[in-house]
Amino acid sequence: MPAPDCRLGIDVGGTNTDAVIIDAADRVIAKAKVPCTPDITGGIMAAIDTVLKAPGVEPRRITHVMLGTTHATNAVLERRKLRRVAVVRLGGPATHSIRPMFEWPKDLAAAVSVGAEIVDGGIEFDGRDLSPLDTDALARFLGRVGGSAQGVVITSVFAPVSARQEFQAAEIVKRELGDVHISLSHEVGSLGLLERENATILNGALAGVAYDVADAMRHALAAHHLQPAMFFAQNDGTLMGLDHVLRYPVLTIGSGPANSVRGAAFLTNTADSLVVDVGGTSTDVGVLVNGFPRESSRGVEIGGVRTNFRMPDLVTIALGGGTEVSRNHSGVQIGPHSVGYLLQRDALVFGGKVPTLTDGAVATGRASLGDPRLASSHRALLTEAVAQADVMLSDAIDRMKTAKGDRALIAVGGGSILVPDRIPGVSEVIRPEHFDAANAIGAAIASVSGQVDRIFHLGPGGRQAALDEACEEARERAVAAGADPRTVDIVEREEIPLAYLTNPAIRVRAKAAGALGGLPEHQLEANLSRQARLAGPAEQAAESP
Amino acid sequence: MKRLLDPDSLRAQARGCAVLGAGGGGDPYLGLLQALQATEDYGPVPLVDIEELPGDSLIMPCGGIGAPTVSIEKIENGDEGGRLREHLEFVTGGQVAALMAAEIGGSNGLLPVAWAARMGLPLVDADGMGRAFPEVPQVTMHLAGISPSPAVMTDERGNLIVFRAISGHWMERLERAAAVEFGGAASSTEFSLTAAQARTATVRNSVSLAIRIGEAVAHAEGSPVAALMAEIGAFRLLTGKVSDVERHTTSGFVRGSVVVEGLGDDAGRLLRLELQNENLVALERGRVLASVPDLISVLDSETADAIVTERIAYGQRVTVIAFPCDPVWRTARGIEVAGPRAFGYEFDYLPVEERAGARA
Repeated sequence: MPAPDCRLGIDVGGTNTDAVIIDAADRVIAKAKVPCTPDITGGIMAAIDTVLKAPGVEPRRITHVMLGTTHATNAVLERRKLRRVAVVRLGGPATHSIRPMFEWPKDLAAAVSVGAEIVDGGIEFDGRDLSPLDTDALARFLGRVGGSAQGVVITSVFAPVSARQEFQAAEIVKRELGDVHISLSHEVGSLGLLERENATILNGALAGVAYDVADAMRHALAAHHLQPAMFFAQNDGTLMGLDHVLRYPVLTIGSGPANSVRGAAFLTNTADSLVVDVGGTSTDVGVLVNGFPRESSRGVEIGGVRTNFRMPDLVTIALGGGTEVSRNHSGVQIGPHSVGYLLQRDALVFGGKVPTLTDGAVATGRASLGDPRLASSHRALLTEAVAQADVMLSDAIDRMKTAKGDRALIAVGGGSILVPDRIPGVSEVIRPEHFDAANAIGAAIASVSGQVDRIFHLGPGGRQAALDEACEEARERAVAAGADPRTVDIVEREEIPLAYLTNPAIRVRAKAAGALGGLPEHQLEANLSRQARLAGPAEQAAESP
Repeated sequence: MKRLLDPDSLRAQARGCAVLGAGGGGDPYLGLLQALQATEDYGPVPLVDIEELPGDSLIMPCGGIGAPTVSIEKIENGDEGGRLREHLEFVTGGQVAALMAAEIGGSNGLLPVAWAARMGLPLVDADGMGRAFPEVPQVTMHLAGISPSPAVMTDERGNLIVFRAISGHWMERLERAAAVEFGGAASSTEFSLTAAQARTATVRNSVSLAIRIGEAVAHAEGSPVAALMAEIGAFRLLTGKVSDVERHTTSGFVRGSVVVEGLGDDAGRLLRLELQNENLVALERGRVLASVPDLISVLDSETADAIVTERIAYGQRVTVIAFPCDPVWRTARGIEVAGPRAFGYEFDYLPVEERAGARA
């Protein structure tokens, strides 16, 4: 098992694709930024090519590659390359009062589903069967829709308490349909049947997209005779292996902002801070807590579908380096339009005709780019726009603060030249080296995690026994996902008591994370040969008693 | 005036039910989806005023009982309401003329709409609380001396129990235990009554109030929070940011407190909310600004969406409002059943108009 040496981190954003190479001592030895291409793969290939040709890079020393992308989100929004899946809910006779995908946008439901069925089955909150699984009904449904399904999505009531019926149903799917992509809800989401089911359906629909991205990466690397272990960044800023991403691609859907926050932490060696990431079109403000992004307490909507993903808690505003400014009847209009990746052509200081916030940063002396004289005729407008942008920014930052008192702010992203040095409520603005590649760096340095979110019934050992069990399970999952067991720590633990029950039960969320372990080479080969069509889950989640 | 509960009014009602839940009753989203699906499949439900029903008509108050955490997984089958009605008719010998939400606050404000649609029955524009409360006997029918028996409880499988309890307190104990056995959540009816009784024993027009709240927010010209407050005559207690949340469980109920730190005009002020599933008391420097049975709701400062207690989290920008409960809760009996002392507090109830009104 080779120890990790150089790592290649890639982040595919809305405007640019970034790549960085980090050596074993965590030093950034090369970075590249190229415009995105409509088909994502072109940008990835160009970024890899560019960074591998940088001076001082020895491509053969690259042992790991990590990719973060919002590509899955875009595929859902644009209804592109989505697979059509058979949707199975194990929950009858309960749950018939809300059909699967009832609130989905009609066109998205049609693009994704070949049919949905609620069969008798499911689990109770205390681990008993809600009903025994109706295996005949499941087989009949699969017989009806199996011919047109590119995947099967299985969601059991209270799967986070016990996944046994989901596994049982997966066996039937394999028996009836053979080697087809199967998504099981307990691997995807937490409590909340509809939100978890929605997320799992999206997961099945995204399986093809994940394969395309993985394949593009593999080709780009193979062209340089490289076969590193591949990892993908997920919503919480940690990594999962190729094996996992092909099975659970939807878990990458919020990885972009998470990577920026993690990259900011790494570059400044801080664990708790505010982070602002200014891109070409928008600005995200997040919070770094214990080295990880603070997660939002509410689920998120993706393409009009409600899910219960824990995503980084962010305030996003339409403010970026390419944001256009103009005068309107009541003053200055900032955005929401952006010249995006055409900044180098359209901004005033680069000889273009569109006043942008980058011109504002130059006109107010915050940055020296292009030719400042080209912006001088618009000085009044730009100065006013920058003052207004400062107010928008400080308001967004203030919204993310949870406590009184000034806090440090880390400014990253290519557009962070816009961020002023003095902001109310901010003690200092930290501008790390390599701020413009924080997202790709965040992917490259990410740790590997495992998570548990389920209900525990308090036995003789009480709360502590339940918490210990959850933490142990989270550790095991982290190791299964590729973490080095010696480095795995619990990074998050939360208990929520359940109301209105006479016998005590608690819901526990635990997350463990550890440093990347070396992956054996043969495993990589095995991963790639299985990529397109996957069997069911390899490891079994622990069962509740 | 007869009104049909169509999808638009149901969506408005869901917003209103969240506000009237005073932090409790569970997220109305699941109730809304059930009502929308049933309406799509069976047609919209007429909303009727009690005056439109003959005095001897039987009204079935109903809803879900159990843990919100269970309800978000084990959603109803849909035929529970029909089975409750069938057995209530069997044991009373009467014929149910209309359904009524036992509790307008939260998800239970909408669940009876889904059931009524399937049965082709109207929904009465009233409920038994005008808000949400944790326990079975905390309803206006109880204050009016109506018996909780016969109560019927059923699950999605078809299991069914008829309860005859000697008091509201016993009904609470027996039903709570049965709900756990059913899997943590069940559907039930208690306190069935005639239209003649309902004229004085319920909180009237609470469904249309919920719809008006939702519409006021949806059509707000300026601030949705201001529009909502104007619609219900609420007092603004504080606008700020949630700066501390603490929850623990005692005897099956989630208790805890939330601290909201003032912003803007309220900078420097701190408001403390005491919770037991619902928001019970709002305090500032030890002074009570509002308390049960008056309603205290935590609204998102931007959207005016009500935030249920289990979803309150650090950093949220909120406006805490309080508004008067139905007058029946302010009677000696009402205060005894649902006033501060009923929840273990050592102070006397004073109407929100006198407490918060003094500073507004």
